[in-house]
Amino acid sequence: MAAENPNFQNTDPPTVLVHRFPTFDFPPGNRLSTHFHLLDPITSPPTSPVLLHSIRALLCVGPVPVTPETLNRLPSLQIIVGSSAGVDHIDLTECRRRNIAVTNAGSAFSEDAADYAVALLFGVLRRLPAGDRYVRDGFWPVNGDFPLGFKLGAKRVGILGLGSIGSEVAKRLAAFGCSIAYFSRKKKTSVLFPYYENAIDLAANSDILIVCCALNDETRHIVNKDVMVALGKEGVIINVGRGPLVDEKQLVEFLVRGELGGAGLDVFENEPNVPKELLERDNVVLSPHCSVATPESFEALQDVIIANLKAFFSNKPLLSPVQKD
Amino acid sequence: MNHQPTPQTGKEKNPNLKKISGITMESIGVLMTCPMHKYLEQQLETHFNLFRLWHCNSSITEFLKTHQGNTIRAVVGDTNIGADAELIASFPNLEIVASYSVGLDKIDLRKCEEKGIRVANTPDVLTDDVADLAIGLILGVLRRICASDEYVRIGKWKDADFGLATKFSGKSVGIVGLGRIGTAIAKRAEAFGCSISYFSRSQKPFANYKFYSNIIDLATSCQILIVACALTEETHHIIDREVIDALGPKGILINIGRGAHVDETELVSALLEGRLGGAGLDVYENEPEVPEELLGLGNVVLQPHVGSDTVETSDAMADLVISNLMAHFSNKPLLTPVI
Repeated sequence: MAAENPNFQNTDPPTVLVHRFPTFDFPPGNRLSTHFHLLDPITSPPTSPVLLHSIRALLCVGPVPVTPETLNRLPSLQIIVGSSAGVDHIDLTECRRRNIAVTNAGSAFSEDAADYAVALLFGVLRRLPAGDRYVRDGFWPVNGDFPLGFKLGAKRVGILGLGSIGSEVAKRLAAFGCSIAYFSRKKKTSVLFPYYENAIDLAANSDILIVCCALNDETRHIVNKDVMVALGKEGVIINVGRGPLVDEKQLVEFLVRGELGGAGLDVFENEPNVPKELLERDNVVLSPHCSVATPESFEALQDVIIANLKAFFSNKPLLSPVQKD
Repeated sequence: MNHQPTPQTGKEKNPNLKKISGITMESIGVLMTCPMHKYLEQQLETHFNLFRLWHCNSSITEFLKTHQGNTIRAVVGDTNIGADAELIASFPNLEIVASYSVGLDKIDLRKCEEKGIRVANTPDVLTDDVADLAIGLILGVLRRICASDEYVRIGKWKDADFGLATKFSGKSVGIVGLGRIGTAIAKRAEAFGCSISYFSRSQKPFANYKFYSNIIDLATSCQILIVACALTEETHHIIDREVIDALGPKGILINIGRGAHVDETELVSALLEGRLGGAGLDVYENEPEVPEELLGLGNVVLQPHVGSDTVETSDAMADLVISNLMAHFSNKPLLTPVI
């Protein structure tokens, strides 16, 4: 029926250039290619550089950097659609200068990332991976009761970055009887949780610090030595944001010296390398940057990407633009 | 008159103790059945004449060879060793069993009632921890945090990505037994946007959750099934083959109740045959033995019965045991009486 309608002429789907590491791709069967003509230089190198000159939309898959050199090859570029919540791999200053819009994963990952922060916290306080190893390695019948863990309820949780992930973390942990406070660039007028004006004050008034803010020049190493001292020797740090938000060298030293209670880390400064001092410790829980690696998150991400690209190609407001201030 | 404050001796955390200070109980014989919590042991030693059954090979016969049975007026047990008929018969002056647990399945309640022996447990204090662990096990199974921790520790991340896990938020959760612990689990799962339904002997008028009068129907309708009921003759093996099959190959079973709630042989074969999606277990039928077949499975999370094993809760439970004993021996009402 639609084909007979002259207004619904079958035009070619708009072209989107894919920008990715060779090792990093969307799984097959994704829905993007039914809406757009995806041009992937890794699987099919473009036959002429002229084609790149006409590209208006770039789909940036995963953490692949977008540098001024990337942008120089794409003079017609108007939008970069990112596939992650954090877009620290994209040169936002340069994009702003060239008037290129940038979108991120919006809230597609928020629930999974928040769930994962809670999972890591349980992992540390209730020592789930250590308990699992204890059973699997046959220590239970030999050594008897497993050492006690720590209670989650009534703990003071400080959230660094009360964006969409941080808000979901707060909602979950409040149900466990934790008290919530936060630090963000700005105090949120719609939020009743106590606000602290800097990370040190937040840490000084928290038992648990959950790191889920965006990585930028201001937040690099926001969890530094002073914050760790303020958190104290029974304090726990959970990082589901980005590795460089935490001064990893200091973190390792604090843990080794027993000046922090524990840590749950999904991200590291030099992934996939993890400080070897952490590998033998039972008061840390480690995971390979997978806080949002679920099929459900991936489905939601595709919805966000498709919505942003469709909005762009039809001159409508973008769904999840990144503020470039 | 000397008004200097009395120096505090030891770790006096329990506010109830102050109310009954002045009464000497150091001569009262209290038998602890097995090692439980160091702080409890210290408190018992401070306030009573403490005997340790494990110093006599955990054998009452052995204990009676070197001790007078009539010295024991109170027994402190737990879910490993409680107070069975033999123990109760061995101590003619036994007045109270104060269990360092919420579960009473290792106490012969009928015998206690017959002989007029009081029984107290430690309800409520451990509710939050057990409910927390239920959620922790769900996240452990769905988000594979134990497997991912292992993956990083053994250096596999450098070779390949870990792969996908399963989202928890928004899943449907079915709870078997909506008592204190079941209700606490429901409240927590709601914060993850989960829909909650439950099975219990009778519908709870206060609960806003969907009630099933049949456990098979509950298992069919939910993705995550949590066992949180008391262990009784009726609930022994309440999770049988039929329930497991109703839960299905994408379903997850969580047991924070008692091992005997689940037909473990059926659970193992369902997991091995892929008829069940995964399991998070804190309890087993023959603890501390865990079926060997489970030890190599990636879709299970295994914990060594740590339901309420946190420092904070263990201290609170110990305080409650002491308070119940103190109350009993100063003729005051028990704080948490069972009988």
